[in-house]
Amino acid sequence: MAITLTINRKKVSLDIDSNTPLLWALRDHVGLLGTKFGCGIAQCGACTVWVNGEPMRSCVLPISAVGNAQITTIEGLDPAGKHPIQEAWDELDVAQCGYCQAGQIMTAAALLKKNPHPSKQEIVDGMAGNICRCGTYHRIQEAVALASKKVKK
Amino acid sequence: MKTSRRNFIQQTALFTSVFTLGFDWFESKGAAMAIANEPGRFNAFLSIDSTGKIRLYSPNPEIGQGIKTAFPVVVAEELDVDWKHVEVLQANLDTQNFERQVTGGSGALKHSWERLRKAGATVRQMMMQAAANQWKVDVSTCKTSQGFVLGPAGQKASYGSLAAEAAKIPVPSTVTYKDRKDYKIIGTRVRGVDNQAIVTGKPVFGIDIRKPDMVFAQIVRPPFGATLKSFSADDVKKMPGIIDVVSFKNKVAIVGTSTYEIMQARQNLTCSYGSEALLESNETHQAWFDAGMKSDKATVQRKDGDFANAISEAAKVIEATYECPFISHSPMEPMNFFADVKPGSVLLAGPTQVPQPAQKAVATLLGVPENTIQVELSKMGGGFGRRLSNDFALEAAELSSIIKKPVLVMWTREDDMGGGTYRPAVRYHFKAGIDAKGNITAFYLRGVGLNAGNSTRQDNFPVGAIDHVLIESVDQKSAVTTGPWRAPITNFLGFAEQAFLDEVAEAAGKDPIQLRLDLLARVKSNPVGKITYEPDRFAEVIRQVAEKSGWKKKPGVHQGFSVYYSHFSYVAQVAEVQVKNGKPQVTQVTAVTDCGEVVNLSGAENQVKGAIIDGMGHAMFAKLNIQAGVTSPTNFNAYRMIRGNEVPKIDAYFVDNGISPTGLGEPALPPTGGSIANAIYAATKKRFYKQPFY
Repeated sequence: MAITLTINRKKVSLDIDSNTPLLWALRDHVGLLGTKFGCGIAQCGACTVWVNGEPMRSCVLPISAVGNAQITTIEGLDPAGKHPIQEAWDELDVAQCGYCQAGQIMTAAALLKKNPHPSKQEIVDGMAGNICRCGTYHRIQEAVALASKKVKK
Repeated sequence: MKTSRRNFIQQTALFTSVFTLGFDWFESKGAAMAIANEPGRFNAFLSIDSTGKIRLYSPNPEIGQGIKTAFPVVVAEELDVDWKHVEVLQANLDTQNFERQVTGGSGALKHSWERLRKAGATVRQMMMQAAANQWKVDVSTCKTSQGFVLGPAGQKASYGSLAAEAAKIPVPSTVTYKDRKDYKIIGTRVRGVDNQAIVTGKPVFGIDIRKPDMVFAQIVRPPFGATLKSFSADDVKKMPGIIDVVSFKNKVAIVGTSTYEIMQARQNLTCSYGSEALLESNETHQAWFDAGMKSDKATVQRKDGDFANAISEAAKVIEATYECPFISHSPMEPMNFFADVKPGSVLLAGPTQVPQPAQKAVATLLGVPENTIQVELSKMGGGFGRRLSNDFALEAAELSSIIKKPVLVMWTREDDMGGGTYRPAVRYHFKAGIDAKGNITAFYLRGVGLNAGNSTRQDNFPVGAIDHVLIESVDQKSAVTTGPWRAPITNFLGFAEQAFLDEVAEAAGKDPIQLRLDLLARVKSNPVGKITYEPDRFAEVIRQVAEKSGWKKKPGVHQGFSVYYSHFSYVAQVAEVQVKNGKPQVTQVTAVTDCGEVVNLSGAENQVKGAIIDGMGHAMFAKLNIQAGVTSPTNFNAYRMIRGNEVPKIDAYFVDNGISPTGLGEPALPPTGGSIANAIYAATKKRFYKQPFY
């Protein structure tokens, strides 16, 4: 039975097992490859997307649980790369290998949406769920702070 | 008019072809030879067309070390063009036109520095000659600026307008390089050329490869040392989306149309394994370490003077044993590779640090000529040495040859963490003798490693400063596969040695920094035997880190020192620990690095900080267990990776000496465990002898 998802404001109909995790639906069936597979057990955050604006681990989220919710992936954040988080990530040259960064960026953008001007500690805590194996943690935290300055008070 | 990079790309329609230079262009006296049928290509590293579009090609695989930015920076600097106006492309494997397309050993810049400078400077010289011919002036009166040749009477011509004529000029046999004081790009902060692709989620990694008619596969691999006796695939084949289940080399591959369907089907696979010998466990490895330490068959790696006699005469003897477990590389992108084996041609694509060996190994495996195998390089989601072993590429090629389909073999995290080529487990025993004045007179090291080869670095400091030295190694073969792991051997040896020297300094009643400086002074005045390091550069990073960190000048702050030389670079560190709520907390690491010329300051800082975080995280938390050939844990819920709320402040400084660049992806890692352990000791009087610390 086909399931209709709303991904980056577009309706997508998928005729696949409703238990399929959103991550694999996006990657293997919708063709959106920006969301990354890291661990498959919601531990690393590489697969973070938004579901109704909330950051979620798509690797453990079956599409049956998504319903009519609005899904936003890294491709839908700002395709031109002009979101303050994306700009800050570029300005501070955060990435090394870059693989975890889609998840980092989606987590960070959600953090700022909820709390546009977080304290240093709130940034550290808010980003602690996402692993970066290259160890770009300082720049991740600095970039969230920089993006926060770009968000109008 | 300011032209953006994007505008440049859109101008390809205006393209007119010019001649190109081939591999032997350094020596070539004649005009251009064709390279890869690509118009505008002056040499392997760059092309300039008549519209002024400049493309720089980065041949080495990008693994997160920033080479795709750093290489073109060097070419652009000597070519003298505006960085904003260049486009950077990843070259695929091209053994005709590139040398050493390798990412490993922190060697890319060291090996390519001269080639890259020459690639840029040669074409700059040809542009000036073309302009001089056109203006009928002597070339020595011309200069360049930001992609233009400037003439003596105020003439100005863009590289693009000169490209066609410049390509006809004989390649100069000698070229002049810029004075480093005139550098405009080298040494600045250059943002990664893939930043936009990363922040907008472009499909640039191996896992993102999609080709026509491609299928997916996962492979179930046997426990270490075991052989596959039988497997039951009937239930698997009935599962939706499953195309085939095949077996080769003790492995079972499940081929399907989507990842999730394969993951589901895989749960129904039952495999039966057997083995001739007892499968290895942690206890086996401990017994092997014990035996290796007692063995009389150790390989002598170095011998200076008479260690046995010197230690017997020492006023004081210090001994310590250190041990580390197997650990996985765990790059964020699990292993994966694409292969399409057809009669007469093979396409390989994906993340490998060593594409040419992949080509060679697949040629041997399939019995086909190397030149029928094309290798496309994808960006890599980390590697840390794991992608130096091409097992994943060989599996993909073998599977494709069996199923006769293009296939992307995807490893799960469990496959990746459980699948071997680990950092070898090693035990070290150190012994040092000091005389009544506190000078080290005798030094001994034995390393017993499991598939570690020579687990010592016998010519490295403090060897060279001590009269009586004996260094030995024992290599115990194991069924657990191992491979290079970021800063191979030294990632743990560096910790063990620097922690041991801290104990020696304490026993000798010396300041740990002064102990090293005294030893280096001895090396400089009267070295013992062969040494691989330069004592002056060593001493300089030590002096600078003492100053920058405020060594022993911070009341209430406990400091630990370490310094290590690897990959031709020197890194000294001071770690700081503060005791909070009764627990030691690493609050800061100050690092001074001598890697010669810093090409991209942004990338360099990222590498140093990342290597320190990597070294700290793995020293504190990482451990794999082996039971009956099976690894645990196999995912991040139990294999603890350092996180952003656990990292200390890190200050990274670089020695400004203008020496040709040396390694940077690895050298900041080896000293990290030592500086942190020594700082924790200063705070708690507790020493660590095993990794992980916690």
